[in-house]
Amino acid sequence: MKSAEGARTVRRLEPAVILAVMGRELANFRTFWKSTAFTSTFEPIVYLLAFGLGLGSTLVADVDGIDYVQFVGTGLVATAVVFSSALPAMFGTFVKERFQRTYDAILAAPVDVEELVTAEMLWIGLRSAIFGCFPLIVTMFFGLEPEPTMLLVPIFAFVTALAFSAFGITMAASVSKIDQFNYVTTLVITPLFLVAGTFFPIDQLPQGFQIAAQFNPLYQLVQLVRDACFGLEPVDALRFLGLLILAFVLWRIAIRRMTRRLII
Amino acid sequence: MPAIELHNLKKSFGPINAVDGLDLVVEEGVCLGLLGPNGAGKSTTMKMLTGQAIPDAGEIRVLGYKLPREAKQARAEMGVVPQLDNLDIDVTVEENLAVFARLYRVDDVPAAVERALEIARLTDRRKEAVDRLSGGMRRRLLLARGLVHEPRLLLLDEPTVGLDPQIRTELWTLIDGLRSRGTTILMSTHYIEEAERLADEVAVVADGRVIARATPKELIAEHAGEKTAEVYGPPDRLHEVRSAAEDAGLRVRSAGPAIAIVGAEMAGPGLVPHDAIHRAGSLEDVFVMLTGEEAE
Repeated sequence: MKSAEGARTVRRLEPAVILAVMGRELANFRTFWKSTAFTSTFEPIVYLLAFGLGLGSTLVADVDGIDYVQFVGTGLVATAVVFSSALPAMFGTFVKERFQRTYDAILAAPVDVEELVTAEMLWIGLRSAIFGCFPLIVTMFFGLEPEPTMLLVPIFAFVTALAFSAFGITMAASVSKIDQFNYVTTLVITPLFLVAGTFFPIDQLPQGFQIAAQFNPLYQLVQLVRDACFGLEPVDALRFLGLLILAFVLWRIAIRRMTRRLII
Repeated sequence: MPAIELHNLKKSFGPINAVDGLDLVVEEGVCLGLLGPNGAGKSTTMKMLTGQAIPDAGEIRVLGYKLPREAKQARAEMGVVPQLDNLDIDVTVEENLAVFARLYRVDDVPAAVERALEIARLTDRRKEAVDRLSGGMRRRLLLARGLVHEPRLLLLDEPTVGLDPQIRTELWTLIDGLRSRGTTILMSTHYIEEAERLADEVAVVADGRVIARATPKELIAEHAGEKTAEVYGPPDRLHEVRSAAEDAGLRVRSAGPAIAIVGAEMAGPGLVPHDAIHRAGSLEDVFVMLTGEEAE
């Protein structure tokens, strides 16, 4: 048995603890990764075939000089990111907190809510960064030329996924029933997804929507990814900074909400 | 230094005072049973000991650490076995243990996992997913998970609630083994037999505070006496016997279809019917007399 004198010093945001919580996620993920990877690969193919090839071959040949298939394919990165971050964060967090009581077990160990939330966000962020690249890889089979700046795409996806995972965790800590997520999906996720410029350029929209889109993190991600594929612009640094700030603010909110939920 | 010191602990949920001025000291090496009916405040107390509930008032010291400020340090040296199974069911037995060994920052994770597997007697099932284990195996694994880092203090929250008698006995053997090795244990339970068999001392909790505390033997001697007489019969007769005994200053409680005259050795002639069943006073008598609740 350890003595009190021999006890380790504990401090905030310990990397070993965060890695251990992520290790738990990895151990669980290994049991269902095939189905998740299948969905993440197959979905962009379906979208590309339906929108890219369907619309592209009949109605729209290109957008601002970009082949329509590639326009949609690069935009789908944001779709993959939001659906692999916000939704797993919402449902996963709620299930682990309410039904599986996983967080009770973790918080009985020397782990605090700040570390728990951070680890969950990092794990979801990493997963989304990988899944976010799938549409890009698929689009390469439809003629997208590889560019060195495309290596930035996983970083852009990672930071955006951090923001959306924090949002999802916050929602999970705020609802009392799992079906209340329907409101979040309908009122927040879907509108963000539709005005992100994935399937059509937002300059086709009324001015009010164009202004609103500037505050849409998904739109900013779509622009960053397209610019990483077709040429970066100075404004992209500002876009990235905006996403970083958003992720940071939502991270702190998620910790606060989860603390109120988990520590009674 | 005591392992646990709780002074005037209070915790309310709206109008409900879950814990209401609870005082408790648990010395190192002791197995203390926190015995009380459902809703007595046992689980809330357990949650406050891990920092998962913040008291409204009072002081908590666990292994020398002041809670809730130093809860994380305290948790590093204690193990917790929850009332509800919260294992990762799709993951293997050994992965469940390894994850927690890492959460506790154990230096030698493989060795800790081996040791825990031996405790749970699950070495040969190590590669199996948890959802393939029986209820008893899962409970043993839950206990082993709480011991993977060799804690100085073990908190057992209703460790055998809802289990069948065979599995319960298996777990009692495991817990008894820990107790004999000197691990400090705080065990909440509402099972009388569990407290009687495992605890060095029992603290009876009701309405959020400790109302009696001693060894099971001392509690029985003080609150139940040497003998209890159980009387069976139709309600009218039981009512008659009860009234006579109570009028003579004896304590009587309901015992299912019977009544039990507690401290029957004090009864004068004729007060205990000749067909009454005599037995030694028990912790169940103490529990019912002190809490007014039926025992389980």
